[in-house]
Amino acid sequence: MSTLTITDIRIMDPASGRDEIGHVLIEGGQIAALGDIPVRGEVMDGHRLSCCPGLIDARVKAGEPGLENLETLYSASRAALAGGVTQIVVQPQTVPVIDDLSLVDFILRKGDPLPIDIHVAGALTKGLDGKTMTEIGLMSDAGAVYFASGPNPIENAQVMRRLMSYAATFNALISNSPVTPELSNGACAHESDVSARLGLPSAPAVSERIMAERDMALAELTGGRLLLDLISSAETVESLRRGKERDIDVAASVSINHLALNELDIGDYRTFAKLDPPLREERDRQALLRAVQDGTIDIVVSDHDPQSAGRKRLPYAEAASGAVGLELMLPVGLKLAAEGELDLMSYLRATTIAPAELLGLKGGTLSVGAPADLVIFSETEPWVLDSEKLLSRSKNTPFDDRRMTGRVRHTFKQGRLVYSAG
Amino acid sequence: MTPFEGYEFTKRHCLDISDFNRADIENLLALGMHYSDLDVQKHGPRDVLAGKTLINLFFENSTRTEKSFELAGRRLGADVISMQVASSSVKKGETLLDTAATLNAMNPDLLVVRHSESGAPSLLAQKVSCSVINAGDGTHAHPTQALLDALTLRQAFDGDFSGIRIAICGDILHSRVARSNVQLLNMLGAEVRLVGPPTLIPTDADQWGVDVFHDMKSGLAGCDAIMMLRLQLERMSGSFVPSRREYFHFYGLDREKLSYAKDGAFVLHPGPMNRGVEISSGIADDPEISLITKQVAAGVAIRMAVLHALAEGIR
Repeated sequence: MSTLTITDIRIMDPASGRDEIGHVLIEGGQIAALGDIPVRGEVMDGHRLSCCPGLIDARVKAGEPGLENLETLYSASRAALAGGVTQIVVQPQTVPVIDDLSLVDFILRKGDPLPIDIHVAGALTKGLDGKTMTEIGLMSDAGAVYFASGPNPIENAQVMRRLMSYAATFNALISNSPVTPELSNGACAHESDVSARLGLPSAPAVSERIMAERDMALAELTGGRLLLDLISSAETVESLRRGKERDIDVAASVSINHLALNELDIGDYRTFAKLDPPLREERDRQALLRAVQDGTIDIVVSDHDPQSAGRKRLPYAEAASGAVGLELMLPVGLKLAAEGELDLMSYLRATTIAPAELLGLKGGTLSVGAPADLVIFSETEPWVLDSEKLLSRSKNTPFDDRRMTGRVRHTFKQGRLVYSAG
Repeated sequence: MTPFEGYEFTKRHCLDISDFNRADIENLLALGMHYSDLDVQKHGPRDVLAGKTLINLFFENSTRTEKSFELAGRRLGADVISMQVASSSVKKGETLLDTAATLNAMNPDLLVVRHSESGAPSLLAQKVSCSVINAGDGTHAHPTQALLDALTLRQAFDGDFSGIRIAICGDILHSRVARSNVQLLNMLGAEVRLVGPPTLIPTDADQWGVDVFHDMKSGLAGCDAIMMLRLQLERMSGSFVPSRREYFHFYGLDREKLSYAKDGAFVLHPGPMNRGVEISSGIADDPEISLITKQVAAGVAIRMAVLHALAEGIR
């Protein structure tokens, strides 16, 4: 059994609130001791560096099956490790859709030999048709960690009600896109003076709030567990806060893009900043940051969505939405923290212990006996992002040429060094 | 025939279990027990309903209920006719009340009604001058089914099933059988449980005096009897439950789930069964466990009892 001590490193563990400089002893793939402890075995100098639990990204499109030209589980796992991510949850909108237990099983088997943990979100409805309930019970038993509506919301309230009520039996978490189709269909931007000036078809932020309110009301009715998938507006944050005050079993996610960018990043029709939900106003971004800070928004995800350059280099309304983000999971948090926009511990909580608890996953914490999934990073290293150097098979990122502060140096998975910055 | 000194059955209709008090029910079950004797049933005096007319008015298809009322009526000496609603004036747009007026003009004594809308038999009962028997209305009530289940259970538990624990499992939401059984079994002192996925159990069913469970293991624990309900095919393809496969896996009664109940627990099913969906064939056909054919046999007896009692009431 290999023994490694990482010395003099800032240990940040949101689960326990630990934030101190000390040593980390890794033995047998587990964290054997932490803090002020004797040095044993191999030594890695952690001076001026920090470490945290391996990040968990609950919303990743990994291309398999059917979209291997954009990403594979293998390429996604390499990108993940470079972003400090050691567990990912892949989304069901593949070809075919992951709506059957054999496909859940396929992904899990395929992910087994890879150096990260791969989990699956099953489709809520057959073929993501928004109407026909999938085998939520059997897929849960097969290992699906939550159930997602896919890119479109469950439009019909009766269908949503039954899904939530049925899933409650299995204590399964249901994720729905908070979008009101009647308001948002055909839109590609946030409704504001900016999109109006650009002449882009747009939808108001209340489109998100209306659906979020509906789903929270249904969660209250059925006792089901709800995840508001990718919220992006100040109004929805307010609704969510009220919902939580009423003890509704609701959680929400936000993407790194919406924490770091706003509608002005669209600039001159930059389709690489075309996202779904769209980037909104600065006041929305500020509200999202505050909500992550105070825990109203439970988890931060990369919303990793690989797209080919061909599908991006189109007139804005015709271009595909989405951005790759796995490699930026930790760097975006470090940048926000370095710029004083968000407390790093809050960001880490929303990317480690919070998703672990929400989805019932192991890990997400640095404690004695926990698997040694950890990330060593510099909080201060400046660098410039070059999309061509991304490990992801697709390079669509709105952060190309951006100045970043803070970078992943090493990633460990179960005590094994699986990534080091070149 | 009456079980109590000085008791008289005075009810005119049989629409819902709640129409009856405990004495009425005991009287009906005693009569049912009496008619369960095949000798009495087939060769007894045929003068109870002599000169009386019974009309079967089935707006929904049914084989076992309609035929068992027909047999019951004939074995008590009534003239029995069945209105073929599917090919009658109803299809031509006649309203329920017009049909009632037409039938009333024929002066029947007993009208047996099945209708897809809850409350239709009560509406008819207000408009006709004969006795109305509800043979199942919408998702509301099926009192004679509940009575025959009670009779079957009495026979299986040697005359008294008060205190037993019984689980009614499956599609409670759409089941009139379940609703009538909850009322009757509660009245007779059984401990009733409802087991099914939340999509198939009515909101606030726990206020019916039952315990509600969403998984078979805890729901069947310690049960003396299990009543499985039919799940309509169209409800198991993604609207209420995802698939047959998943439904059978979590809610279908097989040997393993049966083992959660007490040793020697009985199984009932109002029929018609979906083998491999809510119940495995092995259990349905096991004479040691299954009371299903006994339920059908009790059906004729209990319907004779109801017709007999109502005829006395008319007198």
